[in-house]
Amino acid sequence: MRVGIVISHIRPEEKLLISAFQAQGVEPEIINDREIIFDITAGPEQSSPTGTAWHDYDVVLERSVSTSRGLYTLAMLENWGVNAINSFQTASTCADKFRTTIALTKAGVPQPSARLSFESESTLRAIEQIGYPAVLKPVTGSWGRMLARVNDRDAAEAVIEHRETLGDYSLHLFYTQELIRKPGRDIRAFVVGDQAICAIYRDSPHWITNTARGGKASNCPVTPELADICLRTARAVGGGILAIDVMEDPERGYLVNEVNHTMEFRNSSAPTGVDIAAEVVRHTLRVAGGNS
Amino acid sequence: MPECPECGAAITIPANAMQHELLPCPDCGTELEIISLNPLTLDRAPEVQEDWGE
Repeated sequence: MRVGIVISHIRPEEKLLISAFQAQGVEPEIINDREIIFDITAGPEQSSPTGTAWHDYDVVLERSVSTSRGLYTLAMLENWGVNAINSFQTASTCADKFRTTIALTKAGVPQPSARLSFESESTLRAIEQIGYPAVLKPVTGSWGRMLARVNDRDAAEAVIEHRETLGDYSLHLFYTQELIRKPGRDIRAFVVGDQAICAIYRDSPHWITNTARGGKASNCPVTPELADICLRTARAVGGGILAIDVMEDPERGYLVNEVNHTMEFRNSSAPTGVDIAAEVVRHTLRVAGGNS
Repeated sequence: MPECPECGAAITIPANAMQHELLPCPDCGTELEIISLNPLTLDRAPEVQEDWGE
């Protein structure tokens, strides 16, 4: 079995994954995305940075911390017919909040109300349609970066002006989302293949509950209702190995906020008691064996 | 023992360290990357980019 892991650097997650592969008797090849050169006019017989021909991998697990490098790598590998996880469809859908939202809408998955707009005046009208306070997000981005809770029109005008003046074109796309009155926490659920394997609560007094921003993790039981919404979400975005952020609305129940396709899980195995790396590796090896 | 390229503090490398692994300097907090294990070389980790994340 020949497995490649595309990395930007080794985070705790990659270290756990490498150990989990080794526990299955597989020594994965570490493919540093800083060293990749794709001859995009040629085929998969060309070598990866490790010297192995790309078409000789049974599976490549994409773990770049750089979303754009990961997406282009997946696009190239899929074009060549190389088994890669996640699929380009899944990764590109999850990497873009607009595309995630429309995929969930199409699948009938409950989510917060959201708008997309392109200019300051239309964005102010979009926020007013949703109602203050609202959340302005970039369509791409992670770790809670550039999220802005706008409590009133003055704040909205300031954020929009800053983004229009200082941001690149991607920040001139305004994704506005309803602020959910979540109970001081949200849920991160982990889906691997066709199973919701575990979930954590992320508690924080701040409205941003990402563990990257200080949210505290504790076990969240995977109820049939939570598993159902997570698996419907996973199917809607193309399936694979995913971390799904779910909010609890006092009236509407579970609402899916975002889906992450190269999830971090260093803080989640201990509170849940689930060896997430081992689950990811088992799924990856099933895909490599053509039995996904 | 290798030193932090930012503040000069001595850095303890874990026994199971890997090339390209990140580790923080215990003194100044700078995130460091193990560039190579043999010879052991540390450098400042790349700055976080706009597209980094999950």
